[in-house]
Amino acid sequence: MPSTLPDRAIEADGLVKVFGTNRAVDGVDLRVDTGTVYGVLGPNGAGKTTTISMLATLLRPDGGNARIFGHDVVGEPHTVRQLIGVTGQYASVDEKVSGIENMIVFGRLLGLSHRAAKLKGRELLEAFGLAEAAKRPVGKYSGGMRRRLDLASSLIAHPPLIFLDEPTTGLDPRTRGQMWDVIRGLVAGGSTVLLTTQYLDEADQLADRIAVIDRGRVVAEGTADELKSSVGTAALQLRLADTAQTAVALTVIEQVLGVSATATPEAARITAPMGDPDRVTDLLLALRERGIPLAEVSVTKPTLDEVFLTITGHATDDAASAEHETEEVAA
Amino acid sequence: MSAIIETQPAVFPAQLSRHVGPRETLSHTLTMAYRALLRLRRTPEQWADVLVMPFLFTFMFAYLFGGAIAGSVTDYLPALIPAIIVQGVVQASVVTGTQLREDMDTGVFDRFRSLPMARIAPLAGALLTDTIRYAVLTVLTMLVGVMIGWRPGGGGAIVLAGLLVILTAWSLSWCWALLGVTARTAGTVQGIAMLIMMPLTFLSNAFVPTQTLPDWLRVVAEWNPLSHLITAIRELANDGVFGADVGWTLLGAVGIAAIFAPLAVRAYMRKA
Ligand SMILES: Nc1ncnc2c1ncn2[C@@H]1O[C@H](COP(=O)(O)OP(=O)(O)OP(=O)(O)O)[C@@H](O)[C@H]1O
Ligand SMILES: [Mg+2]
Repeated sequence: MPSTLPDRAIEADGLVKVFGTNRAVDGVDLRVDTGTVYGVLGPNGAGKTTTISMLATLLRPDGGNARIFGHDVVGEPHTVRQLIGVTGQYASVDEKVSGIENMIVFGRLLGLSHRAAKLKGRELLEAFGLAEAAKRPVGKYSGGMRRRLDLASSLIAHPPLIFLDEPTTGLDPRTRGQMWDVIRGLVAGGSTVLLTTQYLDEADQLADRIAVIDRGRVVAEGTADELKSSVGTAALQLRLADTAQTAVALTVIEQVLGVSATATPEAARITAPMGDPDRVTDLLLALRERGIPLAEVSVTKPTLDEVFLTITGHATDDAASAEHETEEVAA
Repeated sequence: MSAIIETQPAVFPAQLSRHVGPRETLSHTLTMAYRALLRLRRTPEQWADVLVMPFLFTFMFAYLFGGAIAGSVTDYLPALIPAIIVQGVVQASVVTGTQLREDMDTGVFDRFRSLPMARIAPLAGALLTDTIRYAVLTVLTMLVGVMIGWRPGGGGAIVLAGLLVILTAWSLSWCWALLGVTARTAGTVQGIAMLIMMPLTFLSNAFVPTQTLPDWLRVVAEWNPLSHLITAIRELANDGVFGADVGWTLLGAVGIAAIFAPLAVRAYMRKA
């Protein structure tokens, strides 16, 4: 790699995309440093795919601008396309032809000779565990195989910037772990990766920095640790055998953990933010001393919903509509 | 599955080009044509029309109408075979548009849009491959004609006749490509194209001599561009004559391609 690689892989300022009256992306700023993994986290419909599409020259922004390694996505799309690999949310490979034929066509389009394209294709298929399926039509691949072929296709030219739109959605846990390894490998090789995900856990595992987007806006940005500390690390959930003791239990928690816990309206469940796991032992002992029997104890990690709730003050759309439905049923 | 990936560092291209040059454009177009060929190989049903139509229509029209229109089957063939070829390639050219629509609806076009490739290549490549289908249909129909007694007297000009019909079909397919790029579904393309092409093929000199038509219809049939193409093919194949209709057809074909190819590419790029 030449030493002239710019420091910034992506710079986006005020990106806007409007579909009809829907502001799908509503002023997104992004700064992604070269050689890092950047996670874009958001619920369904947040505008993740639309943002990637604009950065990858697939969609023309309605406002704002973006540069990839200093090249404007609108003014120099052809230059930008030489610097990126895109693995979309839905596999963009040819179903009618075989895996290796896909690789040959993409390789040829990237300027390789037929022979070089075939070699490169074989090598990548091998690396992604698709060597045996290389000659079968992609239409007969499983979902996970298609995703891997899709990613392999994006790596033919070893582009310095790779977009991965929800790379692990729909993968089983083992394949997901493999995909994480691949992403780490890419970064170890000097690539910059921008990935979108709906899982905080995934962004946490992979991303150096994370942008949380909601309704087309970046609502929070920072490292995984910064984001998590803004929502509390984990929560302790308690269910009492006798709900009449709820008030006493809340007082005990306040005394022992030094935090205020909340109880669900029917008082079936008490939730307390858990800073120091060691103190939980003290709490459990204290509860026994007071004669407050527990029906259940569990620890929950912050979910994307909670990150959202905390950051935006409203639940993710899915959660919100689910609540809405329950209300309607009740009414 | 990550062993090799880790050892292959990212490559920052030493030279970045701002535009696609003509040589790359050609290479990308040929690659897309190669891809279309790969697809044709895997989907034999796409050959059905060009393989079956020459037999079906030639036999049907020859034996049904031969006696009534020309006195005998053999006497009808010089007029019929060029007409069957033209009707066949025109219909086959519509398939180009419907397939393009179907193809564009698959995810792989998203990848083409993100690659540093010539924007015209996906269209041009698909259309290039389809000329093979037109050629198969043309040659096959001619062979079927010879089999049942057609004796074209034009000599080598029959090759020109074949090339002219393929060129025209290729130009026409740019119209369907435009329709294919802008229409919502493949069915829409098929529907609209049939609505235009059915009257155009039948209200022509294809199957009946225009003298037998009522005055107003004769005017329509004689002005019909397909009539010029059919006459050009008949003259070339049967008599080796390079008449005015050849010129008109060439002009028409080039004109259509000159108008519709840029429109189709523009529409494709806007969607892209
Ligand atoms: N081509 C389009 N035409 C009209 N509306 C669109 C189009 N693409 C996206 N949208 C809308 O823009 C909004 C953002 O969509 P987008 O696909 O970017 O979300 P996302 O964050 O990728 O969601 P998901 O997690 O479901 O993939 C949605 O409301 C969607 O309905
Ligand atoms: Mg998406």
